[in-house]
Order: sequence, then structure tokens, then C-alpha cells
Amino acid sequence: MTDAIRLIEVKEAVFADNQEVANNLRASLKAENTFLLNLMASPGAGKTSLILRTIQALRDDLQIGVLEADIDSTVDSEKVAAQGIEAIQLKTGGFCHLDASMVTTGIDALDISALDLVVIENVGNLVCPAEFDTGSVKSAMILSVPEGDDKPLKYPLMFSVCDALVVNKMDYMELSDFNLDAMRERVLQLNPGIKIFPVSCRTGEGIAEWAEWLRGEVVAFTNED
Amino acid sequence: MHELPVMQSILNVVLSHAKQHNVRQVVAIHLDVGELSDLEDKWMQHYFDYLSKGSLAEKAKLKINRIPVTMKCKGCGKTYTVDLKANREIACPVCSEKGCEMIAGREYFIRNMEAI
Repeated sequence: MTDAIRLIEVKEAVFADNQEVANNLRASLKAENTFLLNLMASPGAGKTSLILRTIQALRDDLQIGVLEADIDSTVDSEKVAAQGIEAIQLKTGGFCHLDASMVTTGIDALDISALDLVVIENVGNLVCPAEFDTGSVKSAMILSVPEGDDKPLKYPLMFSVCDALVVNKMDYMELSDFNLDAMRERVLQLNPGIKIFPVSCRTGEGIAEWAEWLRGEVVAFTNED
Repeated sequence: MHELPVMQSILNVVLSHAKQHNVRQVVAIHLDVGELSDLEDKWMQHYFDYLSKGSLAEKAKLKINRIPVTMKCKGCGKTYTVDLKANREIACPVCSEKGCEMIAGREYFIRNMEAI
């Protein structure tokens, strides 16, 4: 009888621990009125370029910090620091994504009380980062034109969890058969609330609209009780 | 891929419940996993076996219930399932409306476990 198999109810979300750390981080950032943006994309889509453009567009109005996640390099954080912006390098040591604990470590190294906006440059990957709440207020992703318009078919989770989609490298469009309308329709089916911004970090096209959206989100967050 | 941290989270939850219930051996774990997850059943079990070695959950079998991606039509309100990776078009099977809202497919949930 003692070896009878019992059914024990568990009823717990797999990510409950990470969720709790993320919620605590969100609360402590709210106390300082610091807006955290989680930026995700494939390697080479233009995460660092978009961050540099965003800094140029918003630095007169907002105090900005950057958390750079990389498996094992400091190339990106050096580019950001060269702009006079505080950048913390988080080496994930082989991890394919950031979780809320890693982000908390990075945030602790920044002087949060002096910052209005912190941008996380997540690990370059459209799969794993989508699963983990980083404690951010909003999440954004980049899809670049050379990657192709079929990415929402292959990585639906990423497109369904983001608040904004930046379509970068629009200056490559004339060399490409990328169908922006078809991609937009698919993405809006997965995620009807997502905002889509076609941009070129190289020419600066569309950056103003993206930066204006982000500024609006930061202001709305700051004015919230 | 992120199998390792996901399976570590599952193992932590399972071991904490096993302790509370004075379990000697966890035999099986019932999970709900949405189809939007990129984790394959085979690899989830493989990583779980690796992490659970020497614990109360060693050799426990993962019983994974896949939850299909489910849309609710914005036109007629019908709910329908869709295989996102196989279908280029998403449209309501009743009224052909394309507008929809995803209501299931992102689950990662530990329902219960079988234990001795």
C-alpha cells in the first residue's frame, strides 16, 4: 500500500520564480520612475544601431542608460559608451537570453535614480528571449528587411509578445522581395496591439516616429500613479 | 536554446512539492505546454533527466499536454485552432474574417505529479 502512486496537485506556472523577480524589478524601477525597454532581435538586425539612433533622438529630453547583453564580448557596450551614455555589459556566459535576475544585476550597477530610460539590448536570438519576462515595461523587436518577411511564420511567439516592431534596413527594400503588407497583416493577426515602425538606421528614415512612440510611452509611464 | 533554465524551473517546483508531501519518488509530471513554445518533448525529457539525476525526481516521465494555438474571431466570435507554422493564412473557418485574438497557445504550466 505504501508504494501506491499518488496524484499530487501542483498547479504552478513554470516561470513563476522569474515572474516574481521581474515584478519586483518593475516595482523598484517604478519607484524611481525609470522606464525599462527590452529590445530583442536576431544578430545583425540592428539592435546597437537602433539604440545609437534612439540615443541621438532622445538624449536632449531623457537621461538614458543601456544594458548590453552579449554571450561574451564588449563590442556593443563600447559603441554606446563612446556616445557618453552609461552602458553596462552583461556577459551571459553562453546563456541565450536574459532573465529577470540577470537584468536586476545590471540595473543594480546603474545609477537608476538619475535615469529616465534604460534600454536592454537582449541576446541576438528570436527564440529564447521571447519566453522570459525581463522586468521591462515594454518590449520591442527588430526585424530587418534582409532577414525576410517570413520570420513571423517561423518565430510567432516573439512577434506575439512585443509591444513594438521596428522593421529596419528599409533602404534595402528595393533590392528585396520583402512584402511589408503581408508581413504586417500576419503580425497584426498574432498581436493586434503591436505598433509597427519601418525605419532605416543607416539613412535615419522613420527614426523620428519610433523615437516619438518611445518618448510617449516613457512620459505616460512617468505620469502614471 | 533555453531548455536548461526551463527544465530547472520545472524541477525546482516539483522538488518543492515533493518535499511538502513527503514523496519518496516522483514517477511522472503532467505539464501543459502551448504550441507557441519552441521546446520539443524529446529534448525537454533529455534535459530534465540530466538535471534530475540523484534527486527525488530522477527518472520521472514528463507527460506533456500540448495546447494548440487558439484564435477568437473578431467577426463572429467563433474560436478556432491554428497551426501557425504550417498555415500562411489565418482566417475564421466560419466567416473568413482575418481579424482575431489569440486566446491560447502560450501556456507553461505544471498541473500535477504522480509520486510514491
